[in-house]
Amino acid sequence: MLKKALAGIGAGALLLGAAACGSGDDSSGDDSGSGDGLVVGFAQVGAESAWRTANSDSVQASAEADDRIADLQFVDAQQDQEKQIEAVRNFITQRVDVIVLAPVVETGWTDILGEAEQAGIPVILADRGIEQADEDLYVTRLGSDFVEEGRKAGQWTVETFADDDSTRILELEGTVGSAPANDRKTGFYEILDSEGLSYDLVDSQSGDFTAEGGKSVMETFISTHGLDDIDLLYAHNDEMGLGAIQAIEEAGKVPGEDIQIIIVDGSKAGFEAAVDGKVNYIVECNPVFGDQLMDLVVDVAGGEEFDKFIAVEEGVYGEADFEAELPNRQF
Amino acid sequence: MNPYFKRLMWPLAVLVALIVVNIAVTGFDFIIPSVHDGRLGGAFVNILRRSAPLLLIALGMTLVIATKGIDLSVGAVYAIGAAIGAQYILDRDQSSLVVVFTAIGLALLVAAVIGAWNGTMVAYFGVQPIVATLILMIAGRGIAQLITGGQIPSVSDTTPFVELGRGAVATVPVPIIIGIAVFAALVLLTRTTALGMLLESVGGNPEASRLAGIRSKGITVLVYLVCGFCAGLAGLMGAANLGSADANNGGLWIELDAILAVVIGGTALIGGRFFLLGTTIGVAIIGTLEVTIINVGLSSQWQFTAKAIVVFVVAMLQSPEFRAWILKPFRPRRAPDAPAEPATEKALAK
Repeated sequence: MLKKALAGIGAGALLLGAAACGSGDDSSGDDSGSGDGLVVGFAQVGAESAWRTANSDSVQASAEADDRIADLQFVDAQQDQEKQIEAVRNFITQRVDVIVLAPVVETGWTDILGEAEQAGIPVILADRGIEQADEDLYVTRLGSDFVEEGRKAGQWTVETFADDDSTRILELEGTVGSAPANDRKTGFYEILDSEGLSYDLVDSQSGDFTAEGGKSVMETFISTHGLDDIDLLYAHNDEMGLGAIQAIEEAGKVPGEDIQIIIVDGSKAGFEAAVDGKVNYIVECNPVFGDQLMDLVVDVAGGEEFDKFIAVEEGVYGEADFEAELPNRQF
Repeated sequence: MNPYFKRLMWPLAVLVALIVVNIAVTGFDFIIPSVHDGRLGGAFVNILRRSAPLLLIALGMTLVIATKGIDLSVGAVYAIGAAIGAQYILDRDQSSLVVVFTAIGLALLVAAVIGAWNGTMVAYFGVQPIVATLILMIAGRGIAQLITGGQIPSVSDTTPFVELGRGAVATVPVPIIIGIAVFAALVLLTRTTALGMLLESVGGNPEASRLAGIRSKGITVLVYLVCGFCAGLAGLMGAANLGSADANNGGLWIELDAILAVVIGGTALIGGRFFLLGTTIGVAIIGTLEVTIINVGLSSQWQFTAKAIVVFVVAMLQSPEFRAWILKPFRPRRAPDAPAEPATEKALAK
């Protein structure tokens, strides 16, 4: 907390410095690009998960390293929409060049984004979206394409099990009704069906995106269906997959060999399990999109037009990549 | 009929019905334990093993509810216990027994102190139990996150700590042994000494109890302390089972399941008489229900609805008015066993 507060004060001081540079003598600028660099306001959701923390770190680090960005004003809204609205209003008063918003909720943005529009400041949404009616009030949204993540998992499944008579699949879904759970499911079966893979979904249940849920559901799967005839486990995130791996090991089977495993996310813990041979395929859900965001910020400030949704660059990792990729993991 | 048994009969009937449904769907393997790697396994044993943390919390909750209180902070204390245990071990020599026992002792001590703090607020400062424990329900997860630094600490698979959740003594899983031990200790404590009666009298009428010479404040602090201790121990078992402590999600909403188990078991929320064995059956019902939903092939979306239906059935069966009303068309003086059971199954099958 204290660290963050200090960082905030530091950022504020930097901004004052940059503003002073812009108004008066350019010669005193110690940062080479600060004279004509952009000032960006970023209203982040909060620090509710390791994914989010990695996301904040990435955006701040990229802004720091980028010569085109004079300053990034970072506000941690602690999952409170009121704080975010206030932050955006502050950005408008300070006349930043671009506002980046990771909205806590989807609704209630019409007024404040209208104010930004009137002030002529472009808005980019990061990660999460807002309701359709307000589509005109932002330039574009940069975020993960959950359906595409499901498709990638499906694609690997089709390639890996192409020669099998019938692939028997267990699925651990995320929290019931959440967008990542729905979309990762949709994309996965879309590919399996369209590619004509012969498969049998043995069982599919929610493990609530937690290790605890993944382990207990997997234990029940094992006692009900056994593991002998199961070919593949598809877990919608790392945590559930890691829980399920423990259940498989405690049942005396070898995860990754007796049963192939796909997980989505790509956290450090997930990659460590993969290096040990317990995971066969990782579909990344990437929080480290700072560089991509900064490019977008510069283009948007230059007046370029974009589609309403831009997917974050996300990788996929097979057995050959795990060891090399592990040191790069940031969450 | 013994009134104690009468209270337990209906929850027991529902539990048996659930087990019958599972056997019908998956065969007798469901109930017959198997031995794997020197540890008892099989579907039903697994349910009991996984339910052990909930059992501990529900037992503590039973005592608190007997004094007309409630403890909403148990989920957060679970997270704190798990966080202290995992973090302490992670920072030190993981294979050392001394480290593991120190970690466990430290976590239990903190959990007990938190419980005693709740009890003190209720007994000495007159704060309503729901408010007093709500404070830590909200703040507790923050404390757990501070302990873990916002990360999920994972201990090594070889540390003796994980035995608390995964190990077995003479093939009986350790969590089940701990569950039985705590149950036995609490039964002995409340039924062979006057403590149980004192608890019920405090719950029935604290002022009258005080005037009768019972140190009701001390007893109140004691039950919250026991409840906090149980929650901390449950958290340690959960963390040991997973080998990690998730401050955000560990034991999330477990307070509601615990209260549910207490109510299913026949203890009234207005305090007074309490049924530790009933609570145990309630916990078994909740654990079996979750597996039943998977076994009969219902999707996850059904989980809450199915839980609600079962709770509804138990609550109705426990109501003498409802039983009288539903049995009216039949012969009124017969034991109502036969018509009640198919009704339960029908409700589930929907």
